[in-house]
Amino acid sequence: MEEKHREILQLLEENARIPVETLAKMVDLPVAEIEAIIKKLEEKKVIVGYSTVIDWSKIVETETVTATIDVKVTPKRGVGFDDVAERIYRFPEVRALYLMSGAYDLSVVIEGKTMNEVARFVSDKLSTIDSVISTTTHFQLKKYKHDGVVFSDGEGDHRIVITP
Amino acid sequence: MTQKTKSSLRTSNLVNSIQPSGIRKFFDLASSMENIISLGVGEPDFITPWGVREACISSLERGYTSYTANAGMIELRIEIANYMKKQFQLEYDPKEQIIVTVGASEALDIALRSIVDPGDEVIVVEPTFVSYAPLVTLAGGNPVSVGTTAETNFRLTPRQLKEAITDRTKAIMLSFPNNPTGSTMSLNELKEIAKIVEEHDLIVLSDEIYAEMTYDGKHASIANIDEMKDRTVIISGFSKAFAMTGWRLGFVTGPSDIISAMLKIHQYSMMCASTMAQHAALEALQTGMEDVKKMVQSYKQRRNYFVKSFEEIGLPCHVPGGAFYAFPSIKNTGFTSEEFAEKLLLAERVAVVPGHVFGAGGEGHIRCSYATSLENLKEAVARIDRFLVSFR
Repeated sequence: MEEKHREILQLLEENARIPVETLAKMVDLPVAEIEAIIKKLEEKKVIVGYSTVIDWSKIVETETVTATIDVKVTPKRGVGFDDVAERIYRFPEVRALYLMSGAYDLSVVIEGKTMNEVARFVSDKLSTIDSVISTTTHFQLKKYKHDGVVFSDGEGDHRIVITP
Repeated sequence: MTQKTKSSLRTSNLVNSIQPSGIRKFFDLASSMENIISLGVGEPDFITPWGVREACISSLERGYTSYTANAGMIELRIEIANYMKKQFQLEYDPKEQIIVTVGASEALDIALRSIVDPGDEVIVVEPTFVSYAPLVTLAGGNPVSVGTTAETNFRLTPRQLKEAITDRTKAIMLSFPNNPTGSTMSLNELKEIAKIVEEHDLIVLSDEIYAEMTYDGKHASIANIDEMKDRTVIISGFSKAFAMTGWRLGFVTGPSDIISAMLKIHQYSMMCASTMAQHAALEALQTGMEDVKKMVQSYKQRRNYFVKSFEEIGLPCHVPGGAFYAFPSIKNTGFTSEEFAEKLLLAERVAVVPGHVFGAGGEGHIRCSYATSLENLKEAVARIDRFLVSFR
């Protein structure tokens, strides 16, 4: 059963909109059972949410800028990095936040409408947090691949139509 | 003398005696049409894993462009030996029992040419890959076709085999998991076959190119049966498991005497398999097994989807245990498989391969490859459904 759960999760991770009927056929379980499994995985927060991968650069009016910011912080006694992390991820501008090993501590992904907006966020909100020692901002120039999805149009099927 | 008569005299009687592949006609028709969904492709829909492609590029950058040993790079043969041991519990000596070939196709050809004397009979278990019987003929032998049926899930029965054996029978060609039926044979079923093979002192040419694509249980090779290993030549390769069809890289493992005979033909006709492809194959065996696992899981999911969808639209189909083909019966439509395939192509623009091109037992069935996207499969099933309803 564990194996079936993993299979369902992998298929959903690839395409969250796959119909349950299709899933049921693919993993060879009844539809009702698939629905029950998904519900359970949602309740257990194994499935945390469903989102869509969008190439916003193709929608001119909604073009955004994204930056990754390396943040060095002083961890606090008792709560370590969690406390400062929480202070940062509560901002809706923060799209992602990771604790890192290496030269800095937190990797913050910020999305804004303009470079100015992102810059202001860094100077006004992020750097002013007590534990933050320093920030280094890297603006993304082009998205080639995101969450396993390549953003360019593929080359299509090169195979000839009928082969033995 | 007209040009035509002259040219027919110029080619040998042997080659004149074989027919071009029946798949050709269909290919020409399908190629002339646009917007078709093809279930006719006998190869993976995956591209060779990037790591493998990258290893080939790197070998070119480093200048590995010369010949290799006739039997293939020894490093590659050692990896093949390790692979066969790990995946199928079969041990072969990389120095004497393995040849890297130009696809499994070359391996089939040189295996037959190594064992067949003029007039020898070779039993070809059909439906099967289109090249077997012509290759037997070209090797100077007589192909004896045995047609398996849907009633036995396209498995060879001991009785069918016994009935086909004569004093001239030299060998039997098996191919499980099978193209086009997707059938597999279990170790117990193979044991029944093995008894007869031993009794009549036959050689087995076992084409196991689809071995990795075994979905219900584990692949069994007839060579896994102790007495069989010394009389079995296993033909395999990288095309299907590693999605490397265009690289033309296969291999063969078997008893030293037959392998050394094969090597003689291979060294005179091929010299060696492509060096850059061999470098890619080495990488595939060393780091590509995770990719194989993912691809196999995806085929299995699509198989499940496809066969259940056929069930829903009332197209009778046995559950194929391997490869990436379904072989549903179209007998109750009253059409021959060729008529059915042609009408389906023209009416609904879905390309399938009529079963009769795969030999005895194939008539009344169509081969549908599910090595295509889920969206294509969905659309193809909807179109086939519409087609079936249109003349019911």
